[in-house]
Amino acid sequence: MVKPEVVLAPTSAPVHRQDAAAAVDQRIFVASQWQLMWWRFRKHKVAVASAFVVVGFYLAVLGADFLAYSDPNASEAQRSLMPPQRVYWFDGGRFGPYVHAVKGARDLQSFRRVYRTDPGEKIPIRFFAQGFEYRFLGVVPTTRHLIGIDGGRDAAKTIFLLGTDVQGRDLWSRLMYATRISLTIGLVGVTMSLVLGVVLGGLSGFYGGIADTFIQRVIEILRSIPTIPLWMGLAAALPRDWSILQVYFAITLIISLLAWTELARVVRGRFLSLREEDFVVAARLVGCSQMRTIFVHMVPSFMSHIIAATTLALPAMIVSETALSFLGLGLRPPAMSWGVLLQQAQNVQTVAISPWLMLPAVPVIVVVMAFNFLGDGLRDAADPYGR
Amino acid sequence: MLAYIGRRALLAMFTVWAISVLSFAIIQLPPGDYVTSYIAQMATMGSVVTDEEAQNLRIQYGLGQPIYVQYLKWMRLIVQGNFGTSMEWRRPVTEVIGDRLWMTMVVSVAALFITWVLALPIGIYSAVRQYSVGDYVATLVGFIGLAVPNFLLALVLLYLGFTLFNANIGGLFSVEFQDAPWSLARTWDLLKHLPIPALILGLAGTAQQIRIMRANLLDELRKPYVVTARSKGLPESTVILKYPVRVALNPFASTIGYTLPYIVSGSIIVSIVLGLPTVGPLLLKALIAQDMFLAGTIVLMLGVMTVIGTLISDILLVWIDPRIRLEDT
Repeated sequence: MVKPEVVLAPTSAPVHRQDAAAAVDQRIFVASQWQLMWWRFRKHKVAVASAFVVVGFYLAVLGADFLAYSDPNASEAQRSLMPPQRVYWFDGGRFGPYVHAVKGARDLQSFRRVYRTDPGEKIPIRFFAQGFEYRFLGVVPTTRHLIGIDGGRDAAKTIFLLGTDVQGRDLWSRLMYATRISLTIGLVGVTMSLVLGVVLGGLSGFYGGIADTFIQRVIEILRSIPTIPLWMGLAAALPRDWSILQVYFAITLIISLLAWTELARVVRGRFLSLREEDFVVAARLVGCSQMRTIFVHMVPSFMSHIIAATTLALPAMIVSETALSFLGLGLRPPAMSWGVLLQQAQNVQTVAISPWLMLPAVPVIVVVMAFNFLGDGLRDAADPYGR
Repeated sequence: MLAYIGRRALLAMFTVWAISVLSFAIIQLPPGDYVTSYIAQMATMGSVVTDEEAQNLRIQYGLGQPIYVQYLKWMRLIVQGNFGTSMEWRRPVTEVIGDRLWMTMVVSVAALFITWVLALPIGIYSAVRQYSVGDYVATLVGFIGLAVPNFLLALVLLYLGFTLFNANIGGLFSVEFQDAPWSLARTWDLLKHLPIPALILGLAGTAQQIRIMRANLLDELRKPYVVTARSKGLPESTVILKYPVRVALNPFASTIGYTLPYIVSGSIIVSIVLGLPTVGPLLLKALIAQDMFLAGTIVLMLGVMTVIGTLISDILLVWIDPRIRLEDT
C-alpha cells in the first residue's frame, strides 16, 4: 500500500506536517499506475535486491566472453580435475592479487593426478589482460578479458578460479558460457509460453462459453500429468544429429508446451474480472473493435500481472532445462549449460574427490531464488490498490 | 455428490486418453520403427534378420499402416495386458518394470505424507507465533526449500553423507535385502531408508504448504468466532486447533490434486540421483537406449497411476468436506 503515510498522518500534526502530507497526497493522486507500482515495489527490499542480482546475471550473459579468461573448450589432460586456486589479494601490503603456481603429478598408487601448490612462485593476476580472441557483444573483435595472466598457454602458469573438470577445462570460464545458455533458454521458453498462455487464456476469459470450458479442461488435464517423464520422453526423441541450435529450440519448445498453463490461468482470471468493468463496457459501447478493446483497453491494465506471472514462471523453466541436461537428455556437449556442467557431478565418488564440480549448482539456486523474490515483489506491486 | 464424482471420473478418463496419446507419440517419435531398431540390435549381436522375417515383424506390429490404426492396435494389446517387449532386456515390458512402479508410488505417497506431517504443525506455529524467531526460520527454510531443485538437494545430501558419515544415503534397501523376497525384515528395511528420499521430494511441497497454512490460519485467527471462543474461556489449544485450524485445512487438502503429479514427476529425477529402485532410472536407461516400448509404457503407467491417485483424493475430499461440491459446480 502506498498511501499509509497519508492515512496514518495524525490530524493533530503541526501545520507543516499536514502540508507535507497533502503534498504526498497530491503526488499519489496524480501519479500514473506505473509510478504507483514502482513506489510499492521499492518497499519490498528483498525484491529490489533480487532485481539487482537478476540484472547482474543478465549482464554476465552479455559479457560472458569478457568475464571468461580462457577458452571454455580448451582441454588439457595434464590439468584434469585441478582444485580451485586460492587467490591472494595483497602482495606485501599492496593490492596485487596473485595465485601460487601449481605442479601436477600422477600418484603412482591411486593413478589419480595430484596437485601441489608451490608457495615460492607467484603468478600475478592482471586486469584487462590479453587472452583468446572473441567478439565483444558479438560485434567488436578483441582479445581483452577482465582478468588473465601473463604466461599465456605456458603449462606451469595457470589460473583456475573454480578448478577444472575431468577434461582439464576451466570451470569458471565454462560457467560463464553456461550462464549465457541457461538464462536465455529460460527467456525464450517463457516467451513461447507467454504467447500460448495469453492467446489461450485470453480466448478462454474473453469469450467464455465452450472455448472456455474446453481450454480449462485441457489445462486441468495437463496439470494432472506428471510432466518430467513426458519431457524426458520427448527430449530423448530428438534426433541425435541435430545441431546445438536445433536442440536448444526443441528443448525450449518442449518445456514451454507444458508450462503455459499457469500463465493462461492468470490471463483468464484477469479477463474475467475486467470483462464487466465500466471502461471495457464503455469501449464496447462506443463501437471499438474487439481487437482494439482487448489490446488498447484491457491488456495494458493487466500488463503488470503478466510481467509478474512471467517472472515467476522463469525459474521453473531454468530448472527444467538444468534437470533435462543433467540427465543427459537436454542439451548435449559441446553445448554448455548449467545442467551440462552438472553432468560431471552425477557420480558421488567423483564429487567426493572433486567437490568443486558441484559449483554450477550455486548459480542455479541463486537465480531461482532471486526470480522468486522478484516475482513476489512484482506481483504485490502489480496491484498497487490492493490490500 | 454422485454427479460430482461422475464428472471427475469422466475428466480422469479423458486425461488417461490424453496420456495414452502422448505415450504413443513418445514411442513413435524416434526415427526408424521398431523393426529397424530390432534389426540393428540383432546385427550388433552377430545375427542377421532376413527381409522376410522383417516383413513378418512389420505386419505383426501393424507398421506401415496409418498412424491411428497403429495406435488402436497398440491400445488393443494394452487392454489385453500386453505392453510389448523391451528390446534391451528381451523380456516383456511388464516383467522388466516389476514392482518398480509400486516403489515409485510408495516413495511418492511417503513424500506426500511427510509434506503434511511437517507442514501442518510448522504452519500452525508460524501463524500463531507470527513474527517470532521460529516463524522467520520457518519462512527462510521454506524459501530455500522452494528455490533448491530437489535433484540438486539430493546431490548435495548424497555428497555430505558420503564425505561426513561415509554412508550411502541412496537406495531404498540395504545390500542384503536388495534382491530378497518380501518379508517383514525387508519391509522394515524399506521403512528405514524411506525418510531421506521422501524428505528430499517433499521439501518443496512442504515449503509451499507451510506458506498456505500460515496465510489461511492468519486470516481465520482474526475472525470474531475465535475471539468468542476465547472469551468463553476455552483453553487456547482448543480455541486454535478445534475451529480455525479445521477451516484453514481446507485448501491444504484440496491442493493434493496438483501436488501428487508434481511429486511423482520429481521422484523420477531424484530416484536417478539417489539410485532408488523406482521406474526413474529404468525410464532414463530406456530412453537413452531408445527402448521405446519400455519408455512409453512407463510414461503411460505413471500417468495413469497419478490420475487414479488424484481421483481417489478428489473423492475422499468431497466425502470430508461437502463445500467443495458446491464450489465446483
